[in-house]
Amino acid sequence: MNPKLRKFLEFCKDFSSNKVALVAFFIFLLILFVAIFAPLVSPTDPYDLNTVSIMNSRLPPFSEDFSGNYFLLGTDGAGRDMVSAIFYGLRVSLGVGVLSGIFALIIGSFFGISAAFFGGRYESLIMRIVDIQLSFPSILVALIILAAFGKGVEKTIIALILVQWAYYARTARSSALVEINKEYVDAARCLAFGNTRIMFKHILPNCMAPLIVVGTLQTAHAISLEATLSFLGLGLPITEPSLGLLIGNGFEYMYSGDFWISIFPGVALLITVASINLVGDHLRDMFNPRLH
Amino acid sequence: MTAFICTRFVQSILVLFIMSLLVFGGVNLVGDPVEMLINPEADQAEVERVIRELGLDRPVTEQYWYFLVNAFKGDLGSSFIFGEPALKLIIQRMPATLELALFSLFISLIIAIPLGIYAGYNPNSKASKVIMAGSILGFSMPTFWVGIIFIMIFAVQLGWLPSTGRGEIGTFMGINSSLFTLNGLSHVFLPALNLALFKISSVIRLTRAGTREIILQDYITFARSKGISEKRVVLIHVLKNILIPIVTVVGLEFGSLIAFSTVTETVFAWPGMGKLIIDSIYNLDRPVIVAYLMIIVTFFVFLNLIVDIIYTFLDPRVRIKGDHQ
Repeated sequence: MNPKLRKFLEFCKDFSSNKVALVAFFIFLLILFVAIFAPLVSPTDPYDLNTVSIMNSRLPPFSEDFSGNYFLLGTDGAGRDMVSAIFYGLRVSLGVGVLSGIFALIIGSFFGISAAFFGGRYESLIMRIVDIQLSFPSILVALIILAAFGKGVEKTIIALILVQWAYYARTARSSALVEINKEYVDAARCLAFGNTRIMFKHILPNCMAPLIVVGTLQTAHAISLEATLSFLGLGLPITEPSLGLLIGNGFEYMYSGDFWISIFPGVALLITVASINLVGDHLRDMFNPRLH
Repeated sequence: MTAFICTRFVQSILVLFIMSLLVFGGVNLVGDPVEMLINPEADQAEVERVIRELGLDRPVTEQYWYFLVNAFKGDLGSSFIFGEPALKLIIQRMPATLELALFSLFISLIIAIPLGIYAGYNPNSKASKVIMAGSILGFSMPTFWVGIIFIMIFAVQLGWLPSTGRGEIGTFMGINSSLFTLNGLSHVFLPALNLALFKISSVIRLTRAGTREIILQDYITFARSKGISEKRVVLIHVLKNILIPIVTVVGLEFGSLIAFSTVTETVFAWPGMGKLIIDSIYNLDRPVIVAYLMIIVTFFVFLNLIVDIIYTFLDPRVRIKGDHQ
């Protein structure tokens, strides 16, 4: 059998040894599917003004309107179907979370690996910046950026990247420091490969495992943080309704007892974040040599 | 040691300087500072007077210099909405935030330490597994959403506790706080529990890990072999030893409670600093935004400086490394 395939199958077997993590992984896949294909799987388009009727506003779950439309999770203040709004919201929340995670991963591993590779003053400077940034709570870093520069999609993504990159940089540096002393790096140096090639073609692939672990946990954190910021009215604009904004919209109806407008988007958010966290926790245990 | 403290001090000043650049840049380079800093209802003469007064007709570098000088004097501008100095507004709201953070720290400790010790003492029991699963859930739940659920259950459905505001304020030993009246306590309970949730999860994990380590130590075996009851072993010997690391970590993380109180204060309409900044952002009350950001950054920079200095006393390795730099 192809050795790469065998390695992958072994990994799958290892991963499925934890049933909770396996279930969490499938739930996450389902959420991902719903988020990507939201326009196809949603019962209605919640932002199409032709189909949304204000007459249907704040219908409780399991209700039906006069034209026979069924609302499993009820409707919000504008008469939008909650199921559809949540599916579209997942799309925005996951999109922003994953996108910022990928950028932070790229930036963080670049600085982390180059710091480990070059050492000296450059390394001290980078790691000092990382330490200083990590001494501020993530929500404060995001708050400073969004309060100073205003809200918006790009600004939220930039804020989330700035919050996360330091974690990736620290992880990348510590695993790169181990890799740099290995023989294959010496061999690559003897072959007179360029620094860039050694750093990103030889060292980086061997640092991927811990980076992926940090990546899953950080992405969960980023999704949760984005929801918080959007709820506070600092993150995404109303034109990009993420789960956090949906929860915020429902908040005003809470006092009149219309719980579903806030609760169900929150449940969706909780399931998303918890499933990613469970997968990440299990991956961390799998890659942790001390536990084997 | 002195060298280490000096380096850290210089570094803190540098961070403050960079932050002031960022905040100043955010307010002045993104958008029109005249539009942002001057009340939109002001007439032309007023606008010109304020432009001169604020030095907005000068070069940007000179403006930044004035901003720094004024900030040093404690003048961070006046609020558009309240017409009062921004600094005064923030200081007025500080006690409410501190009170909320302290009470939630108290709640998190009295809930989390017993649960953590139990989970560390009986790591394989069903209850411990439930506690640990609960702590993962606590990490995953967004604070603001849990706050909304608290309001829905305890305030709207059951009507047991109020969901907004700070309540009556009592005085005890010269300190004004809503923690000294029954009405005030009923107001602070829900927001404090909400803010504590995240801390509870982390303290449970910390306590459990510590208990599992301590229980294997020689002095515990010795205490048991002396014939001391198991109850006394846990309540005296384990608890005492576990408290040292927990108090250190939790004390150091007090700052994060203040940062996260922004969210809780907004949900529960708690009149603290966090709600002030969110309201100011809504109202485009720029002087208050700038003042809040500068104050909170200064607070954190000096908190971290103090933490670093305390660490040098606790851990000699940090001290030696710092002196060699």
